[in-house]
Amino acid sequence: MRVGVLALQGDVREHRASLERAGAEVVDVRTPRELDLVDGLILPGGESTAIAKLLDTSGLRLALASRLASGMAAFGTCAGLIALSSHIEDGRADQWSFAALDVTVKRNGYGRQIASFETPIDVRDVGHMVGVFIRAPRIIAAGPEVRILATINRDGSDDPVVVRQGNVVGCCFHPELTSDIQLHQYFLQIAAAAAQ
Amino acid sequence: MSSAHIETGSARVKRGLADMLRGGVIMDVVNPEQAKIAEDAGAVAVMALERVPSDIRRDGGVSRMSDPKMIKEIQATVTIPVMAKARIGHFAEAQILQALDVDYIDESEVLTPADEVNHIDKWAFTVPFVCGATNLGEALRRIGEGACMIRSKGEAGTGNIVEAVRHLRTINMEIRRLQTADASELFSLAKDLQAPLPLVQEVAERGELPVPLFCAGGISTPADASLVLQLGAQAVFVGSGIFKSDDPIRMANAIVQAATHFRDAAKVAEVSTGLGAAMKGWETSSLEQRLAERGW
Repeated sequence: MRVGVLALQGDVREHRASLERAGAEVVDVRTPRELDLVDGLILPGGESTAIAKLLDTSGLRLALASRLASGMAAFGTCAGLIALSSHIEDGRADQWSFAALDVTVKRNGYGRQIASFETPIDVRDVGHMVGVFIRAPRIIAAGPEVRILATINRDGSDDPVVVRQGNVVGCCFHPELTSDIQLHQYFLQIAAAAAQ
Repeated sequence: MSSAHIETGSARVKRGLADMLRGGVIMDVVNPEQAKIAEDAGAVAVMALERVPSDIRRDGGVSRMSDPKMIKEIQATVTIPVMAKARIGHFAEAQILQALDVDYIDESEVLTPADEVNHIDKWAFTVPFVCGATNLGEALRRIGEGACMIRSKGEAGTGNIVEAVRHLRTINMEIRRLQTADASELFSLAKDLQAPLPLVQEVAERGELPVPLFCAGGISTPADASLVLQLGAQAVFVGSGIFKSDDPIRMANAIVQAATHFRDAAKVAEVSTGLGAAMKGWETSSLEQRLAERGW
């Protein structure tokens, strides 16, 4: 099984390193042809507006929408979660998303960089880890098909921070910035099952 | 779930934002209209400043932190990170920029230095800093002071890539030299580099800086972006190169595409086609003031 990291912009190499440490064969995906080579895809952190633009110009937007519709496993962190979501608040007026996860995300929902933070998190089915939140999106609504795997309590509300719907996982924080590969292993299990 | 264990301002969240900017283009903008053009083109961040470096070079005089009014207008206009510049050593300007909630501070040689001996103690801040460097020792001194991102300085406002190439190649060559040294040689090499020993040892082991290395100063075409990214820069700052070109919107889009597809010459050729004139630029030997010599 081979998995890809969307390599248009963002912290691609951290995801690649985590996947390789989890034992996966990994390729960078910048073109539709490269997408054809993989059984699952990570959408990394980065700037969601820049990544959306580059998905459009590279031809990957249509190709990836079609793979997601056919059940390919995907894992989005931060900007990657925004790209997979169904509704975006405080985005650009023309910002689109794949709607592979029935969640509404508020961009920079915890504030600008000075408010970026770390906090311990328990992820159901996965384990205990440290969540590194950087200008992170905030999940403010989740549909009935979405399974909430972890929450954090901020300002009195229990916010979902790891969610799954079918073969698609989204995460507000950056497991790839730590040495913890539990979420990457979890994604690889989903990708292996989906590729059968 | 309790909300008790929240930590802000850790090295990981400060360096982490730099990691997120990898493969991207950070554009200098002087007003909200330019900021919008930059975001539309796919910039990963904007640097809010009153004059781009080529105008600073032309106008002369003392160059300072931008008016907070202008920074706030740009923050209100775009959704991407907004950076701003403080003078070297001017920690009060940096305090003001942190109070304005900017996302990154550039302690920059493009502005007139405020202290000829000391840079800002960047560990004292929650907001992360980027600093320029012309060689490895300078980069490690800045990291020792708390910088979370290094940009090779180049020569800002010239539209000439030659200094950026010199600085990137110097940093990379000096890193390779550390990698070939044995452990007992690193003490003396740290002394030669005038850099903290633990950072020298870390670079020798990792083969790269402990923070992301970006490139600035003279990038004015898609080919320039491709060149410095192939030389090992992880993202590019473009200052005068966009808004001093004939067609800033097309140039901004083209440089963003080139930064993503920098190894794909056919793609860089496609986006370079019919762009109009790049900024006019300056030959290095004609310069009266070398900005890269500021900071030490």
